Amino acid sequence: MPVVIVDGQEIEIGADERLNCIEAARRAGKEIPHYCWHPGLSVVASCRMCLIETGQRDAATGKVTMVPKLVPGCQTPVKDGTVIVTESQLVKDSRARVEEALLIDHPIDCPICDKAGECLLQDYHFEHGQAERRADLHPFTSRKRDVGPTVTLFVDRCIMCTRCVRFTREVSGTSELMVTSRGAKEEIDVFPGFPLDNKLAGNVVDLCPVGALGDKDFLYQQRVWFLKREANVCGGCSAGCSIHTEHNQDTVYRLKPRENPHVNTWWMCDDGRYGWHHLHDQSRVLAAGRRRDLRGNGHGTPGDAFETIEWADVVTRLRDDLKAAGRLAVAVSPMLTVEEAWMLCAIARSIDPEAFLSLGHVPVVGADETFPGGFTIRAEKCPNRKGVEEVLALYGAGGRSWDDLVAHVAAGKADAAWVTGGYPTPWIDDATAASFADLTCLVVQDLFESPLMKLATWRLPAAGFAERAGTWVNVAHHAQSFGQAIKPPAGVWPEGRLFWNMLGRRGLYDPVGVRQQIAGSAAPFAALAGDVPATGVDLRVRQLA
Amino acid sequence: MTPFKPVLLEAVGVPDGHSIASYKSRGGYAPLEKVLAEKQPVDVVEMVKSSGLRGRGGAGFSTGLKWTFLPKDHPGPIYLCVNADESEPGTFNNRILMEDDPHQVIEGIILSSYATRASTAYIYLRYEYPQSWHRLQAAIDEAYAAGYLGKNIRGTTFSLDIYLHRGAAAYICGEETGLIESLEGKRAWPRIKPPFPAIEGLFRKPTVVNNIETMACVAQIARRGVDWFKSIGVPADPANPRDPGSYGPKLYCLSGHVEKPGCYEAPLGITARQLIDQFGGGVWKGRKAKAVIPGGISMGLMTESELDTPLDFAGPGKVGCLGLGTAAVVVIDDETSIVDFLHNSCRFFAHESCGQCTPCREGTSWSLRMLERIKAGQGRLRDLDLLLEIGTTMGMMPGSTICGLADGAAWPIKNAIKKFRGEFEDYIKRTNPSGWMVTDPVPALQIVGAH
Repeated sequence: MPVVIVDGQEIEIGADERLNCIEAARRAGKEIPHYCWHPGLSVVASCRMCLIETGQRDAATGKVTMVPKLVPGCQTPVKDGTVIVTESQLVKDSRARVEEALLIDHPIDCPICDKAGECLLQDYHFEHGQAERRADLHPFTSRKRDVGPTVTLFVDRCIMCTRCVRFTREVSGTSELMVTSRGAKEEIDVFPGFPLDNKLAGNVVDLCPVGALGDKDFLYQQRVWFLKREANVCGGCSAGCSIHTEHNQDTVYRLKPRENPHVNTWWMCDDGRYGWHHLHDQSRVLAAGRRRDLRGNGHGTPGDAFETIEWADVVTRLRDDLKAAGRLAVAVSPMLTVEEAWMLCAIARSIDPEAFLSLGHVPVVGADETFPGGFTIRAEKCPNRKGVEEVLALYGAGGRSWDDLVAHVAAGKADAAWVTGGYPTPWIDDATAASFADLTCLVVQDLFESPLMKLATWRLPAAGFAERAGTWVNVAHHAQSFGQAIKPPAGVWPEGRLFWNMLGRRGLYDPVGVRQQIAGSAAPFAALAGDVPATGVDLRVRQLA
Repeated sequence: MTPFKPVLLEAVGVPDGHSIASYKSRGGYAPLEKVLAEKQPVDVVEMVKSSGLRGRGGAGFSTGLKWTFLPKDHPGPIYLCVNADESEPGTFNNRILMEDDPHQVIEGIILSSYATRASTAYIYLRYEYPQSWHRLQAAIDEAYAAGYLGKNIRGTTFSLDIYLHRGAAAYICGEETGLIESLEGKRAWPRIKPPFPAIEGLFRKPTVVNNIETMACVAQIARRGVDWFKSIGVPADPANPRDPGSYGPKLYCLSGHVEKPGCYEAPLGITARQLIDQFGGGVWKGRKAKAVIPGGISMGLMTESELDTPLDFAGPGKVGCLGLGTAAVVVIDDETSIVDFLHNSCRFFAHESCGQCTPCREGTSWSLRMLERIKAGQGRLRDLDLLLEIGTTMGMMPGSTICGLADGAAWPIKNAIKKFRGEFEDYIKRTNPSGWMVTDPVPALQIVGAH
């Protein structure tokens, strides 16, 4: 195995690994500061923050020959015997000078900068900079301009790392951003009339190591040090991008992509990024309700027609209503987690052993969209179709779609139906909903009012994606487990909590326990036993093994 | 010293010397026909290698050796880029060659393309040379008509097209990888190396980048032979194994405070004093030289006492200059302020820095701002230390930048302050009697009201 020597510490790397000095040093626990380098972009080696000393140890004699000048760690590949020195005086002086140079034209307006608190310029200056400012001070300016509908550029804060420019050229392939002018006068800009409006545009804000690119959706909404982050999965489409939900006091402020080499690498799309606002929409269904008269008396506004039921009563009365109605049909929404779907199926079969189970509505918008950098936005706007299908297969209902359920109900083969939703956008039309009009008992569990909910006997609120905990299986059979980021609004029980209680389980809903129970009893989910890594597991791989 | 008969500048002053007829009457294109008929490409490489020709663009790298770095048996295409983006202040030798003897250059390009197996050559021409543009294009057209360019030249399997590309007036396009990026239609940000252009250059194909004067030398070596070329100049220093010698004639661009500025051809190794006295008619107005730039502003400064330094590839380095550069000798007389000189130099490099690497982008601009402040009467002695620190830490040599522009910006700063520190100190003390000793950070220049 090749051995790399980082500050005297020997590190083994894989024989086939192509690492640069930054990556190799990281293995040894040494952080080489860098701005322009990003693992997902091409190497330009222009910020010069990662300058280090390197050398080569002769395998036979053990003698080390050093390169007589500083080299950029990002651009220098390591091989067997590479010597990396990250903490010599020469290196430290060089870092201090680069920090000093970067601050010459920087307004240092941290108190009003959104990036403050998560800014590499701040962090590196604290760690590597010098206390005294030797350069001529420049008057404070904070020129800014829009570069697109979602992104604002604070021109003077920019340190010209060009990560954003390279992103639009290499990953989104849209090339909106460019560098204008020359030398210390250069700026990032767009060509007039061609704004930064691609569907991956928000990533440039994440890439920006300083506060130059601001996300208008987040700008001035919250200081970043108040934010707490929870590793989550985006529910926007079946790609299932790993994300961090960043929130404070049960309010989401922004979503950030979370690095996951198996799913989304470093990126996420803007549909997902800004797709959390529905969580805090005032028109959400916020209480469990039961229609005052069971059929035929549904006049008046829906709000008037429903009587709010305490959740403890929902657990028993819902079961009783469904049992009394007779033949049951259940639509298991692809927005539910594997755990929730599994519990729902169990409840359905305990009420009616012959219950007709099917997949819920799968929203599809357009076609899959793949960008030149390989990132794909899926047309299927739900996160867990694969997972729910696997669960349904366990209950002998594999392959059944929402259309099958609608046909089943329309044909009068069911007396009661339980339709789970959780859809952030309108999903059902009046004609389809009309098929459910003659049921004895219709349970609709969803985020928002819908034509179907107008007909419901039971109106139950659903949880949003950040309010759930559990496991989603994406379009490529990759399963990711995640925790609850925020509590749902007052009056809302996430589906899992209701199902847990309806199954008569004791204590708090335990999604991990349910997952392990599924993994232990069902072969397709065997990979979910034990701890699931933050980047998830591929369900198929473990099956083959 | 025996009188030296110009070879490269032979056509200067010849009526219609830029035409193909005139060039052929002086023996031009005959060597090319001979080479095409009798020699293999490797023979031409060997010929240039053994002549000891070093690139005339500034770095002085062995031309023949550079050609051998091209991958063997590459399926192609291989490109030859000819660097005519002559923007180093004080330099105009390429311009003379392109305007007065373009066919000499073209013959050199054809020979070099044959040697490197390139079938496409690009001439990257500086925007500000309209006369060169017209003359070169006319000469290329003549060469096509005469069958020296195009398909199957002189009945051989060798084909060559030359494209004349006009730049957009940026100094950085003279850096070889900046030139390549610019030719590809991109912003001329020099590339990180490796890979070097010989492996992955223009359009990601093996590429050789050579200077116009180098091309003219190749044509003359083919015409007059390796022995002739090696009989001129300075042989390798036997005490220094890394010195390959400085052979051949060289075009020296003499300008500044001399009586007769101009482009003069002399054997490599002539001293600056000889050049000024024998060709330039001495420093103007009977004055003495204070300093001399040995080879373009980026090479730094020689003082009057260093004027006997031979201007070969090794000479200027021995007195603390960066090198011979483009051999553009600029004379600064003793009535010129070295503060003004450095201010002008810093202004140039701050304007021309491409802005890619932090140390150069900010270093050139910071040093300019300091010089502006010094000139505005707000200088401090401490600024000289800061300038010197910038000068010693910025550039490819300390490893802090991608290309050599920063070294070129650093050398005048470093040389001027080290060699003329007294004058700077006097200037600062005289113009800022109350504040020259301050060491605290200074307030913004804009408040001072200069510029």
